[in-house]
Amino acid sequence: MQEFVLYLFIVASVVSILIIILNRNVFYAALALLVCLISLAGIYALLNAEFLAITQLLIYVGGVMVLIIFGIMLTNRISGKPLYVKSQNWIAGISISVGLCAMIVYAYTPMTLQTSSANTAENHIQQIGKELMSTYAAPFELSGILLLVCLVGAALTASSFKKNTHG
Amino acid sequence: MAKSDILFYLATFLFCSGLLITFTKQNAIMILVGIELMLNAANLNLVVFNYQKQNLDGQLFALFIILVAVCEAAVGIAIILKTYHFYHTSVPDQINELKEKF
Repeated sequence: MQEFVLYLFIVASVVSILIIILNRNVFYAALALLVCLISLAGIYALLNAEFLAITQLLIYVGGVMVLIIFGIMLTNRISGKPLYVKSQNWIAGISISVGLCAMIVYAYTPMTLQTSSANTAENHIQQIGKELMSTYAAPFELSGILLLVCLVGAALTASSFKKNTHG
Repeated sequence: MAKSDILFYLATFLFCSGLLITFTKQNAIMILVGIELMLNAANLNLVVFNYQKQNLDGQLFALFIILVAVCEAAVGIAIILKTYHFYHTSVPDQINELKEKF
């Protein structure tokens, strides 16, 4: 059953990525990205990474997707027509990405999967909390500063505050 | 084929399609979408490799990657909105002058 759900999530993410690549409407691409992120969160939850799955749902689906949809709607509104995107460089892009994909697959040696039965679910989340507060305390605090700086910078950049020289 | 191999191929597909989207689409928001897909591919790889280990370093690394991706998306959307208000286009090829238009 768990395997079936995992394969379902994999197929959903692949199909949504193909939708992102092939269609021309930016809004539909954003909705397909939403499906892809939700299925990735499901894959994380099936791989014993529950905290990461919840974080993916809260931050990506709740935060980044809202930002992207806001961006699409705000850049859509002024021109008045629906936002269709043109494509270019198909030959170069396909050759580079397929070549990179072939290189990675060629260099990859299949690995054996040994699951550790000792790690249970609640143990994981407790362990992540302890590690964040002990081993990873410095990156944790630094990431808080980074988040603050980025959000203040984004708000200042996007605000319509003008200097006096513009009149 | 083992489960981790399939997930590895999925991560490769995610990364390469993110690269393809970044190359081909003529819209700044779609380029952001492609970058998000590439970061998610890295996260998926970290989680899959961490599934075989006893410690949780991979998951914590993925957590910090998510945080940096959020910062990148916020600043990127702000810059895209500002350039759209100034140039009235979101095609990156047409934004090619620094001087103010008169």
